[in-house]
Amino acid sequence: MTTSQANSPIGPGYEGVQGKEMRFRDIFRDTLRSEMNRDQDVYLMGEDISGGFDKDTKEPLDAWGGPFAATKGLVQEFGPDRIRDAPISEAGFVGAAVGSALTGLRPVVDLMYFDFVTVAFDQLLSNAAKSRYMFGGQTKVPLTLFARSGAGTGHAAQHSESFYSMLAHIPGLKVVVPSDPYSVKGLLAASIRDDDPVFVVNDKKLINLTGFVPDEDYVIELGKGRYMRRGADVTLVGMSYTSVVCQQAADQLAEIGIDAEVIDMMSLSPFDEDILVESVKKTNNVVIVDEDTPRASMASEFAAVIADKAFDYLDAPIKRVTAPHSPVPYNRGLEIEFMPQPEDVVGTVKNTLGWE
Amino acid sequence: MDISKEKLEWIYTTMYRIRRFEETMLEQTLKGNSMGVAHTSDGQEAPPTGICAHLTDKDWIGSTHRGHGHCISKGLETDKMMAEVFGKATGQCGGKGGSMHISDFSKGMLGANGIVGASIPLAVGAALTAKYKGIENESVGVAFFGDGASSQGVLHEAMNLASIWDLPVIFACENNGYAEATPSWYSVSAEDIASRAEGYGMPGVVVDGMDVFAVYDAAGEAIARARAGEGPTFIEMKTYRYHGHFHADDTSKYRKPEEEEHYKNLDAINNFERTVTKQKLMTEKQLKSIRDDIEQEMLHAVEFALSSPMPEASTTYDDVYVNYSNPIPGLR
Repeated sequence: MTTSQANSPIGPGYEGVQGKEMRFRDIFRDTLRSEMNRDQDVYLMGEDISGGFDKDTKEPLDAWGGPFAATKGLVQEFGPDRIRDAPISEAGFVGAAVGSALTGLRPVVDLMYFDFVTVAFDQLLSNAAKSRYMFGGQTKVPLTLFARSGAGTGHAAQHSESFYSMLAHIPGLKVVVPSDPYSVKGLLAASIRDDDPVFVVNDKKLINLTGFVPDEDYVIELGKGRYMRRGADVTLVGMSYTSVVCQQAADQLAEIGIDAEVIDMMSLSPFDEDILVESVKKTNNVVIVDEDTPRASMASEFAAVIADKAFDYLDAPIKRVTAPHSPVPYNRGLEIEFMPQPEDVVGTVKNTLGWE
Repeated sequence: MDISKEKLEWIYTTMYRIRRFEETMLEQTLKGNSMGVAHTSDGQEAPPTGICAHLTDKDWIGSTHRGHGHCISKGLETDKMMAEVFGKATGQCGGKGGSMHISDFSKGMLGANGIVGASIPLAVGAALTAKYKGIENESVGVAFFGDGASSQGVLHEAMNLASIWDLPVIFACENNGYAEATPSWYSVSAEDIASRAEGYGMPGVVVDGMDVFAVYDAAGEAIARARAGEGPTFIEMKTYRYHGHFHADDTSKYRKPEEEEHYKNLDAINNFERTVTKQKLMTEKQLKSIRDDIEQEMLHAVEFALSSPMPEASTTYDDVYVNYSNPIPGLR
């Protein structure tokens, strides 16, 4: 048991709150469990989430505990009807999840790697996102999906994507990007309780990180960003794992006397325009850090909003630090080259402030 | 014949309503009263009627771009359907869906769907809900689709899911011989699409889709199995659409007149009339009275649709989400 520190990244309002240090993966599973206990209509579906079945007894074996052990132990607790292991047919079972959401359940789908979104894309775009609108508001689709994004783990081009911008582009879908154990608890709970389809994108690099998690039951409002660190000289905007990168960059900048503010967006659709504008009005400089590829990206969208709503407050051009316009490479050195690093952010900040 | 008089009346009313709705809608579309694209299903009255005769509002159906017959069979009102095709505020979807997205969740109708094959897993999902809640005996899922959708991967995924999970699903394949202009003899690798059911461990049956009694019998058996928790069935109904793929399609460019004539001789409605009058189950007077009522209903539907208001421009922005913290009504 511990309590939140004044400088905790979970932000103001939580000083002195009871909680503990937890791994991202553990609080993720605990949140799934508590939401399933909270509402009997919530069930999980995904490939390998029961980890195999005994051929004789037909009982689930839970060998792996699902992809990245996200559901370890849940099948023993809730049984195979609520932890529904699906064959490798993303379009089929995401479509079935949409159908069950349209008829009264609240499915939570584990899509394993974020890249597999494309296999189920028609069901997400044409059915999950559009049903409410094209049917004139008659229905709703309380569906939650989650998957693992991000480079840096040697999974190569087809298991490392971060193209959450493609989902945020779709009217009818919501997209959230937790960046630590605190935010994943609040965002996952909010997503499951939300009546619209929500995609929770978890960067693989976060899964084994630890952080402070309040004990209390809480949700984080979808569409709200937060200040992870207050500063006066420049605003660093992060999302998902790049919020960690921004924190590391802010530490390095502090050593050379640059006082950076760090915003963690947490939600990409809807997203918090106000926090971007508020911070830029104060710091007058902004660097947006995104592991997605740069064309038609969230970084570009945030830049457009800042240019539109805080143009007169900018002392320098809005800068973006992103992945290159390329697939994700396999080789470790090339992966590091691909991903935005704290040093890249520091260099861009120095340029922006006219230090170099 | 083991069908009640009430059911026979319902079947005739439903088939004739579908026929006249499609003809009326087509006429109105060609007059310019509809707002966009519409696909007609006249000729294919027997499949949805014979299947939905066994369903209640608690059962769910998934439908297609050619969905008017499914809507009518599931009890949707023709005035609200016509108004939707006309893009009016009083339409089933407030004018925001059109012909291809007519739906009524209060009647167990999961919506017509513009992506070929895309509604099939929705019906499987509805069946999953029924199984989850232990109400298979009163809520099955029926996936309507055509020969064109039989080539979509998602059908095969949905069949596998329904089979391994023993879900109460009917895969209702309306094989009208054509996907747009492409004939099924070219695009389908099997003689009978239903033969594929065996590969997914479920019964597959082929029935005459111009004979509503044949469809009714096959559907009755399949739905009884589903309600008893015995899993899915695949029913292929060989049928024919009298008009083109969509309202402006000229079928003479890809179908032979003899073929069209052949199917018109097998007409499901004529077939029904002959059978019930010959077996003295219904009189010509009864049939005529039903037809007269439907004619009045169509006049009313057109009048209702024509006189209904257009949707307010502001509804463009409604119902994208249940709630969204910063809606974006278009940047200016």
